[in-house]
Amino acid sequence: MVNLGFSIGDMYFKNPVLTASGTFGYGSEFDDFLDVSRLGGIVVKGTTIEPREGNLYPRMAETPSGMLNAVGLQNKGIDYFEKYIYPRINTYDTNIIVNINGSYIEDYVALAERINKLDKIPAIELNISCPNVKMGGMAFGTNLNSAREVTREVRRVCSKKLIVKLSPNVTNIVDFARIVEEEGADSVSLINTLLGMAIDVNKMRPSLSTITGGLSGPAIKPVALRMVWQVANAVKIPVIGMGGIMTASDAIEFILAGAAAVQVGTASFIDPVASVRILEGIEDFLIKRGFSDIREIVGFINRQT
Amino acid sequence: MAKRIEDLKIIGNKRLNDDFFILELNGDTKIPEFKPGQFAQVRIDGSTETFLRRPISIHDVDYEKNTFKLLIQIAGPGTKKLSQLKEGDILNLIYPLGNSFSLSAKNEKVLLVGGGCGIAPLLFLGRYLKSSGCIPDILLGFRNSSRIIEFEEYQEIGNVFVTTEDGSMGEKGYVTRHSVFSTQVYNRIYCCGPDTMMKAIASYSRERNIICEVSLENLMACGIGACLCCIVDTVKGNLCTCIDGPIFNVNDLKW
Repeated sequence: MVNLGFSIGDMYFKNPVLTASGTFGYGSEFDDFLDVSRLGGIVVKGTTIEPREGNLYPRMAETPSGMLNAVGLQNKGIDYFEKYIYPRINTYDTNIIVNINGSYIEDYVALAERINKLDKIPAIELNISCPNVKMGGMAFGTNLNSAREVTREVRRVCSKKLIVKLSPNVTNIVDFARIVEEEGADSVSLINTLLGMAIDVNKMRPSLSTITGGLSGPAIKPVALRMVWQVANAVKIPVIGMGGIMTASDAIEFILAGAAAVQVGTASFIDPVASVRILEGIEDFLIKRGFSDIREIVGFINRQT
Repeated sequence: MAKRIEDLKIIGNKRLNDDFFILELNGDTKIPEFKPGQFAQVRIDGSTETFLRRPISIHDVDYEKNTFKLLIQIAGPGTKKLSQLKEGDILNLIYPLGNSFSLSAKNEKVLLVGGGCGIAPLLFLGRYLKSSGCIPDILLGFRNSSRIIEFEEYQEIGNVFVTTEDGSMGEKGYVTRHSVFSTQVYNRIYCCGPDTMMKAIASYSRERNIICEVSLENLMACGIGACLCCIVDTVKGNLCTCIDGPIFNVNDLKW
């Protein structure tokens, strides 16, 4: 028996495989394909105070080994989530984490207060890294003062575990990780998508209605891995790594670099069972290599030098 | 019907012309009961260029043989790769996906309108209608007579009318100008093809209070309602083409 569990403070995860926000809906979209309760956690679609229609079509473009999206946080708002979605998904035997977004700090604070009241949500993921909204989003995650302030204000009210999702669209992501740790974040998750762009040569115009969008998929994995490694070496709080993880081997790379857990994102679009396949692959690897606890390999490469 | 992810075997790849081909597939397990208008998300292996699956309509189904067909147009590197598949190759599908055409009552007069690759879902729809006692008229648009595909198959399900852009067969011009629209009175029109064609058919239908459903093919990533990329602007707000569609009543669309 291999121990796959890990904790953020007193919040226990039965295994280190979570699904990334915006790539797994609310879990139920995948019920036909897998047992959501097998996962360590699911991070549900980015949620805002008010319903949002998101950006205009087209909001997706396929790129080499990846895709750009500019969904723009389409969601039905916290009221709808509380009333209709939460009752439907809180029976999953896994950690349900709500990814929260706002245009103003007050939005984030208000959302954190609303989530405080939902017993079956043990944590929030503070999204200060969405590249596809005009106001807020990445603006908070690419300015050190804003990142500090929003984390501080949310921490003040948030009674749940606070995971801050970092943007890779900065010069030094470590500075952001350190600052949110200082302000009381329980964990950091990284990376959100990389700001990118594509042009339709036949139509001679941008592929996305927003011109720029967020790049995800295997194309970003080396960048994500580097950032996870840097951050894991700089902070004491658990790091959740993501960015282009398609296979168990990809996930193990992040863990060896120092991630306590991983999120599977875009992979679920191509293979709806990717998350469970990756979980099984991690377990197989540990058994084959004679480890009894996943913690033995978290940050393994950092102990060798 | 539950969605499934499955490896299926190619039992035929029939080239129709430079652009179109038909893949025939069968599985080890019993194929699901498809609804007309549904599609599959087809995985393209072995290329970094084709990262995402491709949504492809179910063209024809044979439950006795436990097989079904996909009619595909070569439109880019993904469909090009599919065109090179050979008998015995394996194709990974997520299917059946999407809603379906709403089915007409027996005594209704029904028209199916297809242009280009948009003819694909209409064959299975037509067979379905025929088996429920409705013989539809079918109007298909092609560039010229040498581009006409699947003509005999459509003739099996109803009265086929054709337009070609150069007049080399049927009436000359686009389907939207065909004489059936002035000589016949329909209760219901099902349509799939280029946006401009569907929009013209939609406005014709609206003006005459004809029930009209169209099949959309927006760009999509997941096909199961998770990515929210394939949205369509409707009177009910943004809906996903993959789960709320691909079939929409034109009165719900902001066209």
